[in-house]
Amino acid sequence: MRKAFHEELLKIAQVDPRVFLLLGDLGYGEVEAFAKSCPDQFCNVGVAEQNMAGIACGLAMEGYIVVIYSIANFPILRCLEQIRNDICYHGANVKIVTTGSGLAYGPHGMSHHNTEDIAIMRALPEIVVLSPADCLEARGAVRAMMAHDGPIYYRCGYKNEPDLHGGQIDFQIGRAIPVRDGRHVTLIGAGPITYRALGAAELLARDGIEARVISMATIKPIDKSAIITAGRETGAIVTIEEHNVIGGLGGAVAEVLAETGTNVAFKAIGIPDTYVRVVGTHGWLLDRYGFSPQSIAEIAKGVIRRRQWPSHVPA
Amino acid sequence: MNNKEDLSSSRELAAKIRGHSLRMSFATKSPHLGSMLSMADLLAVLYTHILRVDPNNAHWPERDRFILSKGHGGAALFAVLAERGFFPTAWLETYRRDNGKLSGHISHQVPGVEFSTGSLGHGMPVAVGMAMAAKQVAREHRVFCLMGDGDCMEGSTWEAAMFAAHHRLDNLVGIIDYNRVTALGQLEDVIELEPLDERWAAFGWSVLRVDGHDHEQIRQALSALPLQRAKPSMVVARTIKGKGARWMEGTVESHYAPPSEEQLAAALAELGVGP
Repeated sequence: MRKAFHEELLKIAQVDPRVFLLLGDLGYGEVEAFAKSCPDQFCNVGVAEQNMAGIACGLAMEGYIVVIYSIANFPILRCLEQIRNDICYHGANVKIVTTGSGLAYGPHGMSHHNTEDIAIMRALPEIVVLSPADCLEARGAVRAMMAHDGPIYYRCGYKNEPDLHGGQIDFQIGRAIPVRDGRHVTLIGAGPITYRALGAAELLARDGIEARVISMATIKPIDKSAIITAGRETGAIVTIEEHNVIGGLGGAVAEVLAETGTNVAFKAIGIPDTYVRVVGTHGWLLDRYGFSPQSIAEIAKGVIRRRQWPSHVPA
Repeated sequence: MNNKEDLSSSRELAAKIRGHSLRMSFATKSPHLGSMLSMADLLAVLYTHILRVDPNNAHWPERDRFILSKGHGGAALFAVLAERGFFPTAWLETYRRDNGKLSGHISHQVPGVEFSTGSLGHGMPVAVGMAMAAKQVAREHRVFCLMGDGDCMEGSTWEAAMFAAHHRLDNLVGIIDYNRVTALGQLEDVIELEPLDERWAAFGWSVLRVDGHDHEQIRQALSALPLQRAKPSMVVARTIKGKGARWMEGTVESHYAPPSEEQLAAALAELGVGP
């Protein structure tokens, strides 16, 4: 996905001299084409995230569309106050991009896991939070992000994510993207983990359960209408995110459901409120923390049993 | 230019800044008076002799950018901007009041304020970004960043210092209101910043130390920019916290304590700016 991100960004930068890419000394093997093609729109700030965020804000206030790029939690946690006070409060046109979110950097360990970012970033007023699920969404998200005037947090995947969508998609900020239709339960994912939700839907189909799958590629502003419709039409919603179970996608969806008074059975699947202290590759960690399609499917069945209406589901 | 007449105008402005700051602090029992008073002369010289700004066109693209990183002293900058005509002086009476025009820490929502600050260490990285933008398109304006002692304790300032020197941003000018008093103590008891000039020089800046209350020294330093070609400039201005309010000069109390009615009257009389 990061490759798709960089390819799309470069295309835009080549025709728009206002685009400026700042690096926190990360991006080896990915950023070279940009650096070579647009050297005047590129700067490696060095290992200094606070300075990177501040410089981005200064450049943006002078008319540039600035992308700051790093990995995992690096471009948000160290410089969170710069993002809040400088970038967001001033409405600076800065795009904060991180690659390898969730547990993607698996065996690198806890320092490289990005599992609290959605909760933190969506609490910042006036910022948009994007989490594309596959390369097609990633490209659409880059185009939408660069056309949007204002701060955006872009939670990029890592590499070799499977395609979620068969055909073309219409990526719009604030609009959920349908993946699969269904009437018995809705699985809402954000980011590459959505592919595992789709796998769960396929398993459920074997038992005659039709699961709707939605990619919530914009976590903020969230697509309330897609959530309310899914609740009304399926009566059961499960959210799946590679993030602490507190405050992320699940929290955002729960807020909508609670405030609209919809009588929907609900469960949020995320990383339990703990640091990952075991060592393992990305896929292994995901299975270990309950993200296997089998596990998601079992949880979905439990949620369906809690549905208060209608009762036409085989279970 | 007639230097004598020249400096009387900035001295007059400095007295007005101090008068407004004292009244604003007194009116709402607000803190940070000492921080306002210590940089009053720096602001007066900047806005009289140095900065190219237009009160009638605050967003004039060719303006010099001025970032106040020590945003807690913002009332003093509000005072200058009002006196220079960016907004009515009547706004100063709304400082920190309900639905007022002016917040305790500096805000870009006020005409003439380039950037909002309040948490220390934010000004210099943003100033660096602005200086970098100007260099990109060979624009002539300069970027000034006025910092306090606290700014020099924040790591982000030094990240920006390294970057600015590496990229030879000689359109960038740092000024330190070096009053050597923090919120809780004297620098020698909190975190010693000396040798401050050598530290900035070691980071690749061209450094000049001045008396931060001597208008001629300040004006001369800031009229010869950059101090050195291909290097960012740093003017370390030694100041006295609370300067002009005799009872608080150089004290830790000057950071928080507003003046009493008697102190206000005495200070205004001494400044000759009236009640």
